[in-house]
Amino acid sequence: MSRRTGLAVGLASLLGAALFPLLVTRPTWQNTAILMLMTAQLGVAWNILGGYAGQVSLGHAAFFGTGAYVSTLLSMRLGVSPWAGMLAGGAVAAALSAVIGWPCFRLKGHYFAMATIAVGEIVQALVNGWEALGGAVGFSLPFTESGLWGFVWGRSKLPYHYIALGLLLLTLSVNWLVTRSHVGYYLRAIKDEPDAARSLGVSLGRYKQIAMMLSSALAAMGGTLYAQKELFIDPGSTLSTSLSIKMALVAILGGVGTLTGPIVGAVVLTAIEEASRIGFGGTGRGTDLIVYGLLIVVIAVYQPSGIMGWVARRWPVPGPAPTGPPAVGLAPEAKSS
Amino acid sequence: MNAPLLQVERLTKRFGGLVANEDVSFSLGAGEILGLIGPNGAGKTTVFNSLAGFFPPTSGEIRLDGRPVAGLPPERIADLGVARTFQIVRVFRSMTVLENVMVGAMLRHKAVRTARRLAEAALAFTGLDRRSHEAAGRLTVAEQKRLEVTRALATEPRLLLLDEVMAGLTQAEVQEAVEMVTRIRARGTACVVVEHVMEGIMPIADRMVVLERGRVIADGPPRAIASDPVVIAAYLGEEYRAPGP
Repeated sequence: MSRRTGLAVGLASLLGAALFPLLVTRPTWQNTAILMLMTAQLGVAWNILGGYAGQVSLGHAAFFGTGAYVSTLLSMRLGVSPWAGMLAGGAVAAALSAVIGWPCFRLKGHYFAMATIAVGEIVQALVNGWEALGGAVGFSLPFTESGLWGFVWGRSKLPYHYIALGLLLLTLSVNWLVTRSHVGYYLRAIKDEPDAARSLGVSLGRYKQIAMMLSSALAAMGGTLYAQKELFIDPGSTLSTSLSIKMALVAILGGVGTLTGPIVGAVVLTAIEEASRIGFGGTGRGTDLIVYGLLIVVIAVYQPSGIMGWVARRWPVPGPAPTGPPAVGLAPEAKSS
Repeated sequence: MNAPLLQVERLTKRFGGLVANEDVSFSLGAGEILGLIGPNGAGKTTVFNSLAGFFPPTSGEIRLDGRPVAGLPPERIADLGVARTFQIVRVFRSMTVLENVMVGAMLRHKAVRTARRLAEAALAFTGLDRRSHEAAGRLTVAEQKRLEVTRALATEPRLLLLDEVMAGLTQAEVQEAVEMVTRIRARGTACVVVEHVMEGIMPIADRMVVLERGRVIADGPPRAIASDPVVIAAYLGEEYRAPGP
């Protein structure tokens, strides 16, 4: 696929995403589209750390939940607009990621991934037992006045669609800026050969931390959007490990370390999920996990560079500068140990 | 002339009960080429890793322009002007040749555009510029070694540590590598060269240090080393003859 084709596909997708809720008015379809955008945003955010830097986090729900809880608490207790809460949530998540990153970045490959699972579980257990944070019951957000200041809309879900799209574009922009700066080069170098990167003056700790802070802050902003859309948060819906896995999975499914891979992954995964939900009915509370498991196996065996990796091989970029499919994915640093 | 560029003083490195280096001392002036040789397991790579900051020495000191640097992490050592290559090549395989070298150039120049320009110049210097847009993983071993040298040079080092850049190369490739190191010296960059390939190191080294079982057994100009009976017995083998008259 040439650069021009890629740009055309991108613009067409953007136009399609912008027009979709105006053309399709059925609420279930509209809701599915919002879910796709929100999932894509989380996958793109995860990808900064997991895709480019190769640090597979399976605890990102902790940051998503931080965003949801910080904005909700600020709004319920202090009357702060959720928009400000969204920024505050991002800042708190970035600070939290620094505390978590300091010990966890000493671990490589699988060990890092396992540590992040533990962190995610610990945060979930903490909130579960913490009354001031709503405990296991969670919060129902007060339905104040509908509108921009309150970040709440009752009648139409349309505003959420455009906020989700805006947040996705913001996340993509951050991602793009990272890849265009020395930070992006350093992250890819760290993923490929950490020791060689160090020998060229790259501080592994500093740059992994930069990636983690950006990634977690953006995931937290997605958490605020979720809270405002659903108007209900609890540890199960915002802090669960299956949510963490989902963030990783959309990126891995679409193609880690690519700008648009997580979007493709999110569309495919959300479509499968919604289809299985409709197919199995509301009782299928475990079917999403079965789907995740199957997808992980299929990707690992047949297509480790994801859908975009397949696209890149099927329609290679003509001329020079083939970056090639990134050496993927589930065990990026295994070779360096 | 004050302190030499590099001064290694009684460097000792133990791994548990194993003594990899014991009381290793040598020094190197600016712009010099030092050959570090010795049989397998003599501790060459350990010295190398201590110099580059990958192993903190058990005792002893390493001075760069008189400044103690032993125990600093690799990224700090790189920042102070020491660059290295790896015995087993470690190029960034998913990045292009040019991008590999840009990562090196970014140590001094964070702006991507500047780094790209300097990386292109470095690639032209080592003759890899024709492969700039190739994925680094697709290069031959000889080219990957050359890429590691280019990447290290892009950090604008004062001291370059070359770990067996000629091992496993064909005769013609060794000649190209020798020619490259000669040109690096002409730039005024000092080098420590760990090498097994004798015809590679002998003609270019100003001085040789010979290690055996972790200790320095000889230190001197290549001609003298080649005829030193201790060295011959330990390493070179009886059949080796010094080149030339």
